[in-house]
Amino acid sequence: MRAEETDVPRLPRGVKLKYDQVRARHVLLAPERAFDIDETAAAVLELVDGKRTCAEIVDALAARYDEKREVIADDVKDMIGGLIARRVIET
Amino acid sequence: MNETVAEMETRQSPQPVATPPVGHPIGILAELTHRCPLRCPYCSNPLELERRETELDTATWKRVLSEAAALGILHVHLSGGEPTARPDLVELTAHCAAEGLYTNLITSGIGRASGMIDALSEAGLDHVQLSVQGASAETGDRIGGYKGGHAAKLEFARKVTDLGLPLTLNAVIHRGNIHEVEDIIALAVALKARRLEVAHTQYYGWAYVNRAALMPARPDVDRSVALVEEARRSLEGILVIDMVIPDYYARYPKPCSGGWGRRTLNVTPTGRVLPCHAAESIPNLEFWSVRDRALGDIWRSSPAFNAFRGTDWMREPCRSCDRREMDFGGCRCQAMALAGDAAATDPACSLSPFHARVEALATEEAAAVAPDYIYRTIGGAPGKASEGAAS
Repeated sequence: MRAEETDVPRLPRGVKLKYDQVRARHVLLAPERAFDIDETAAAVLELVDGKRTCAEIVDALAARYDEKREVIADDVKDMIGGLIARRVIET
Repeated sequence: MNETVAEMETRQSPQPVATPPVGHPIGILAELTHRCPLRCPYCSNPLELERRETELDTATWKRVLSEAAALGILHVHLSGGEPTARPDLVELTAHCAAEGLYTNLITSGIGRASGMIDALSEAGLDHVQLSVQGASAETGDRIGGYKGGHAAKLEFARKVTDLGLPLTLNAVIHRGNIHEVEDIIALAVALKARRLEVAHTQYYGWAYVNRAALMPARPDVDRSVALVEEARRSLEGILVIDMVIPDYYARYPKPCSGGWGRRTLNVTPTGRVLPCHAAESIPNLEFWSVRDRALGDIWRSSPAFNAFRGTDWMREPCRSCDRREMDFGGCRCQAMALAGDAAATDPACSLSPFHARVEALATEEAAAVAPDYIYRTIGGAPGKASEGAAS
């Protein structure tokens, strides 16, 4: 599953991005699941706020990182789409 | 970027993740009480149920939950028995939220649950897992041994989703409801659950003594598994379905609790700390209690946790097996129950010398007329069951 540029993703109730002091990394907590989140994924998830579209998230990351927009767009849409399929992100 | 989101499941763990022998636990099953209005014949609680007067008090539970957070635990499963039988559940939930712990209420939805859910939501509860015993009231009430239970569950589920709380439906599947799997999936969608657990019965505790009444026939199991696989595809993005495989018919065993003493721990109503809920069925293990020691000390040093940690305790065929760090030799409690030796290969594994007998036993039991259920009641445990493949 792949998200669209026009989708407005959000973390629903019951899904939380947390910085875990013990493991010194971000984790995404969901019902019966915990996802290990590296810095790149955390940068995306911190922009998932229920207001920005996927296109706006990609633009924000493209302004910050030295990488082609289409490469970032593919990664972001795959990652968000994967989490939508697992019902961790809603649109 | 997708591979940067590595999944570390908290209870069933299909994929291996390399961790050192004593890592940080990720989940705690807090069995707050054994009291429950339901009498399910497959209850995972032990046969000797604890009574109210022996339960830990509120202050001790709070201390344990704070120690759990400091130990790196992420998920707290507030369970029982029926956890809403404890009037301090709202206070304990708020305490978890203040500690940054993710709270999962595992409930029957009956008794005080409905009256308490608003306050629990307000206290910061993150997720609700509701059991159903069938898709219909007739089936559900018969299996749970509680008239009107199924209708109360549906009403409770609506309250949960109206509050915006995520809902998981958990259905333990066996001979008495395996024909309703398709309807249970439809019920989960109708109740707006985000997740469904289709948990084929695991034979411990009450389920072990009721095994002949619960064991489904192989063709029914195959049909149920196929239905789940099809529904996973057709309901992607609507309902996540997790399945627990009926392991008497399996080829490889489950990695019980994700490996002994590796990811999760269980605190009983009286405060004993176990690697899994059935661990007390293994004789001669020394369990420590939170009444005497800190949780971190127990996790790292208690003899019971170190008994089967890592792979050093293994014998053949586990020791040299490619899957030894995927399934960790399967379940120690099942090895004890069926092979008479907790360090043996789980007889659910096709490489176990007991496997053929276990499969034959399952086939035989499923083909015979089902005996009546021995319902779960406090003080109602039958004489210790000794029947097994090794007997």
